[in-house]
Amino acid sequence: MPNILVVEDSPTMRQLIGFAIKRIPESRIIEATDGVDALKKLASEKIDVILADINMPVMDGLKLVSLVRENPSYKNIPIIMITTEGAEEDRKKALAIGANAYLTKPIQTQELMKLVTSFFP
Amino acid sequence: MEKEFNLSKKADEFLQMFKKGEEFTKNLLKENERLRFRIAQLEEELEKAGNEDRKMLYEEKIRVLEKEIGSLLERYKQVEEENKDFASKYLEVESENNNLANLYVASYQLHSTLDFNEVLRIVLEIVINLIGAEKFAIYLMDEKSNELLPAAAEGISLSEIPKTKIGEGVIGKVAKEAESYFIEDFGERGSSPADPAHPIVCIPLKIKEHVIGVISIYSLFIQKASFSNIDYELFNLLAGHAATAIFSSRLYTQSERKLTTIQSFLDLLKEKPKK
Repeated sequence: MPNILVVEDSPTMRQLIGFAIKRIPESRIIEATDGVDALKKLASEKIDVILADINMPVMDGLKLVSLVRENPSYKNIPIIMITTEGAEEDRKKALAIGANAYLTKPIQTQELMKLVTSFFP
Repeated sequence: MEKEFNLSKKADEFLQMFKKGEEFTKNLLKENERLRFRIAQLEEELEKAGNEDRKMLYEEKIRVLEKEIGSLLERYKQVEEENKDFASKYLEVESENNNLANLYVASYQLHSTLDFNEVLRIVLEIVINLIGAEKFAIYLMDEKSNELLPAAAEGISLSEIPKTKIGEGVIGKVAKEAESYFIEDFGERGSSPADPAHPIVCIPLKIKEHVIGVISIYSLFIQKASFSNIDYELFNLLAGHAATAIFSSRLYTQSERKLTTIQSFLDLLKEKPKK
């Protein structure tokens, strides 16, 4: 059963992403509202894939990615960034920090599902 | 002498008989050869006749097989066409599913609270995340002054957005006529700086035909090149659902405030010292 951590401050986006993820058989969604909340969830749950927004209060998505990559327990978890930042330099920056994929909003649920399942073993 | 003559006669007779026997044997051999030849001929004819039958049988089989191949090819083409139809229908259903999920989430979120500021925040979220607008503002109608006042904005400061009179400019006209406005040449405006007086999209927020405000979009995110069908569906949804959500939450907030005031007043009356 893959556990997917959705890190997003917008309840609208969390619900929309949840709709897409629910269609992946046996998947389980764990929600976090910012980077700090995500780190707490990472410590208490076994996470298979992280979906994270970039612009969030308290701790943004880029900081979260760098902290996850520094931690030996989580460093191999695939991270997909979901953001409104569509510029090429933003994409490069996120991938350079350690994100595995970069999706821009508005998202297509089918595209998101494909991307998430591509990281399952 | 006579004995010799008899012997000679008998020898002649024997010779004659032997010659006849030889001739008969020769005839028999000839007849045998002829018959053998005839048998060979008949066998050949028979074989030929057998080959013809087999050939006809094979030809018939080939015809049947060719017919079967033809019908199989036809069926294969039909199945291929059906597959293509299914694939395109699947994509349509997926896209429809995506659209419905967007509309459901937008509608669900809009009606999930009665807090006025929370509703405004949800409208902002929908326009940012589901439509892909970078700079936009929500105007609300001030019934007393008959003006549209900016209530919330994203990507642009509220102080930069001027209030607008009903019927004036694009925004005022949308509020007056209750009809959405979409810029004709979208491509040209995509990269130009946002101008609060000249939106690329303006959606009236209306309850039936009563306009309570407008959503005015000035620019979209870099990755959003144009609007898709779902965007227009979302605009329609926002026009109705955002209007009712904003209107009812504003009424609720006002009534809550009034109720608190009345309650405080009643509490004061109760606490009035007895003489």
